[in-house]
Amino acid sequence: MDTTHKISTAKLDEILESYEYKKSNLIAILQKVQEEYRYLPEEALIYIGTKIEGLSPATVFGVATFYAQFSLEPKGKFEIKVCDGTACHVRGSMPVLNAIRNKLNIQEGQLTSDNGLFSLETVSCLGACGLAPVVVINGKVYPQMTSDAITIVLETLLKEEE
Amino acid sequence: MTDKKTLFIDGKEVEFTDEPNLLEVIRKAGMNVPTFCYRPDLTTYGACRMCVVEIEGRGIQSSCTMPPEQGIKVHLNTEKTRRIRKTVLELLLANHDRNCLTCEKSGDCELQKYAEEYGINKIRYAEKDEYLPIDSSSPSIVRDPNKCILCGACVRACREFQGHSVLDFANRGSKTIVQPMNGRPLGQVDCVNCGQCVAVCPTGALTIKSQMDDVWKCITNPQMKVAAHIAPSVRVALGEMFGLEPGENSIGKINAALRRIGFDLVFDTNFGADLTIMEEATEFIERLKSGKNLPLFTSCCPAWVKYLEMMHPDMLKHLSSCKSPMSMQSPILADLIPKTFGITRENLTIVAVMPCTAKKYEALRPELSHNGRQDTDFVLTTKELGKMIKSAGIDFKSLEPEQADSPFGEYTGAGTIFGASGGVAEAAVRTAYEFATGEVLQNVDIKELRGTTNRCKDVEIDIKGTKVIVRVVSTLKEAEKSLKEIKSGKARFQLLEVMACPGGCINGGGQPSSFDNTKIKAERAKGLYKEDEQLSIRKSHMNPSIQKLYQEFLEYPNSHKAHELLHTAYVDRFKNSYKDI
Repeated sequence: MDTTHKISTAKLDEILESYEYKKSNLIAILQKVQEEYRYLPEEALIYIGTKIEGLSPATVFGVATFYAQFSLEPKGKFEIKVCDGTACHVRGSMPVLNAIRNKLNIQEGQLTSDNGLFSLETVSCLGACGLAPVVVINGKVYPQMTSDAITIVLETLLKEEE
Repeated sequence: MTDKKTLFIDGKEVEFTDEPNLLEVIRKAGMNVPTFCYRPDLTTYGACRMCVVEIEGRGIQSSCTMPPEQGIKVHLNTEKTRRIRKTVLELLLANHDRNCLTCEKSGDCELQKYAEEYGINKIRYAEKDEYLPIDSSSPSIVRDPNKCILCGACVRACREFQGHSVLDFANRGSKTIVQPMNGRPLGQVDCVNCGQCVAVCPTGALTIKSQMDDVWKCITNPQMKVAAHIAPSVRVALGEMFGLEPGENSIGKINAALRRIGFDLVFDTNFGADLTIMEEATEFIERLKSGKNLPLFTSCCPAWVKYLEMMHPDMLKHLSSCKSPMSMQSPILADLIPKTFGITRENLTIVAVMPCTAKKYEALRPELSHNGRQDTDFVLTTKELGKMIKSAGIDFKSLEPEQADSPFGEYTGAGTIFGASGGVAEAAVRTAYEFATGEVLQNVDIKELRGTTNRCKDVEIDIKGTKVIVRVVSTLKEAEKSLKEIKSGKARFQLLEVMACPGGCINGGGQPSSFDNTKIKAERAKGLYKEDEQLSIRKSHMNPSIQKLYQEFLEYPNSHKAHELLHTAYVDRFKNSYKDI
C-alpha cells in the first residue's frame, strides 16, 4: 500500500461498519468522514465507493460534490461561515466578509488560510435574519457583526491559539 | 367489453394494455414525440422535457413519465408543446459545441436531427467561451463533455446494465457534468469498454474511438495485404445502416463490400468461434472430470474478462483459458497466411470487424501479441465498417453476395450463434456432448438457452446420465449476482456464459443504434438462429476446415501448439488500480 495516503482505512471501515455498509446511509457516512478529516479526501470517496454495494467512486463523488455541506478541500481548525442571505446582505455582510479576508489573508476563491487555521465560506441563509449580519465560527453564532467587531473576534481567537 | 382500455391521441382512439408510460402508447399507435433521455431498456428519467404532450384538463405532461389512463385526450403537437420543445432545443444548443461538421456523431445525432426538424436555424444565445478537454484516453470510447446534454442515459446504462457506474453526475446546477471518478480519464478507471454508454448517447458526447483512418491507410498501401474477419453478430446488423431489415443476414454482401473496399482476404470470425468451442468444450469436460475450478466461465466477452480481473481477481481461476474467437482467429491468420501467400507478417494487416467497442481494448492486451506485434492489428466496429462502405461509394443493397475466402472463412451454425446471448453455451454443449459421450447428439437445438429478454437462464443438460446445469447471463449486473451465488456456495451450475451487453453481441456497443426499439435485438438474434438452422453443419467439431487445421497444424484440442496460440492468462487488475487503497 502506498504510504503517502492520508487516510486510514481502519478508521473508514469503522465508520462504514457503524452504518452497516448501507447505500442509504451514504450522506451520514460522508458527514462522519468529514468530521474526522475536516474534509472529504479523494481516497476516502474512492474507498467508500468501492466498499458499499451498489455504489461506485464516481457516484460517491457525485453526492459529495452535490451538497454544499461537503468539502473536498481541507478545512481550517476554525470554520467561519458568513451569512450572505438577503437580510444579512443588505445589512452589510460583504464588508464583514472583506474584513475577515483582510485580517486572515484569505484570497477570493480560497477556502482555507495558508496556515490551515481558518476556512472561510459564505452561506445562503442561517435563518437568523433578526440578528443580521451573522457570522458562525465552529457552530458559535456571532450576531450583528461589523468589520470592527469581527476583527476583534478574530484577534481573540488568534491570541488563544498562541 | 368494458375492460378494453383506450385513450385519445390527437382525436384518434387508441387502445392500450400494460404500456409503462404514455410515450410507449404513442409509439405503439404509430406516432412519436421527440426524446433525448427516454430509453425503453433503462429506467425513466424525465429530464429532457422533449416528450411533453398536452392533455385536456391537465395541461402539459412529459409522456415518458406519465402512465396511460383511460379516456384522457392527448395532443402531441400543440402551439404550447412545440414552443416548449423548441425552447428546450435552443437552451441545449446554447451550451453545446457547435462544430457539427466535424463531429463523429454528425448524421446520427438526435440533437442535430431534432434541431433540424424543429427548424432551429438560429441560436439566440452566444456560444460558450470555455471548452473542456476531450478525453480520448480509452481505446474504445471518446468522451467529449462539451457535447453532453446531461440526459443521464449513459449513467443509467452503466449502472443498470453493468452495475458499475463508472460514469456519474458530479457537481450541481450549471456546473453539472457527467464524468468518471473526479474527472479521471476513462482509460484509467475501471471502465470495461462495453460501449453501452455510447450506444444510448443521443449526441456526440460519447462516441466510438475510430480506427477507420488506420485501416484505410493499410488498404491504400500497395505493399500491404489486408485481411479481415467478421464477427457473427455483424452480419445481422450492418444491413440496418443501408435500409435492410434488422436480423437480415447480409454476410455475403459484407464479404463483397470488403473486397470492393480493397481488403485482400476476407475470412469469418465464426471460424474462430468454432475453434473456441473445440478448445473450450475440451476444457469443460476436463474440469467436469477433475471437479476443479467449476463453474467454468466463458471468456469470449472482453468486457466481462476485464470486469472479473478488476472486481474479482480471486475468481480468475474459473475463467476459461481460451482466448476469444477474435483472438484465436487472428494469430492463426498471422501464422498461416504469410506461409500460404509467401508474404511476411510485416506486410500483413489483420482487421477484425466486431459489434463491440471492448474488442478494441482486447486487441491491445499484451498477451495477445506476438513478437511485439498485436495479433489483431485493428478492430472496426459494425458502425465503422458501415461508414467505410458508404465512403467507398458502394451501393450495399445491390451487391451480389460473395463467399468468404477458404479455409478460415468456413463455419458451422455453432459458430454463428455466438453472437446472441446463450449461443456460446449452446455451441459448447453441442460439442461437449459428443466429445464426452462419443455419440451423436440428435437434437442440436437447445431453445431454453435462447432469448434476448431474460438476462439469466438456467438450463439442465443431460450428458448421458451426467446432469449439467448451464447458466447464461447477459449484463455484468446479472453476472455479479451469479458470482455472489458462487461465493456463498449456493451456485448449482457448472458452466457460466457471460455477455456484458444485454442480449449478447447482437446488441454490442459498436452496433448500429437501436436504443429506441427493443424488438431489434430479438430480430438480430433470430437472424443468427435462422442461419444456424440453414447451415448443413451445426457442430463446431464437424467443421472440415477446423478438422484439417487440427490434423495439419494444431494436432488436438488443448495440445501444446493449441495452448501456445489459442489460450491465454489473466491478470489482477485491482492491484495498483486507483481503487487499490
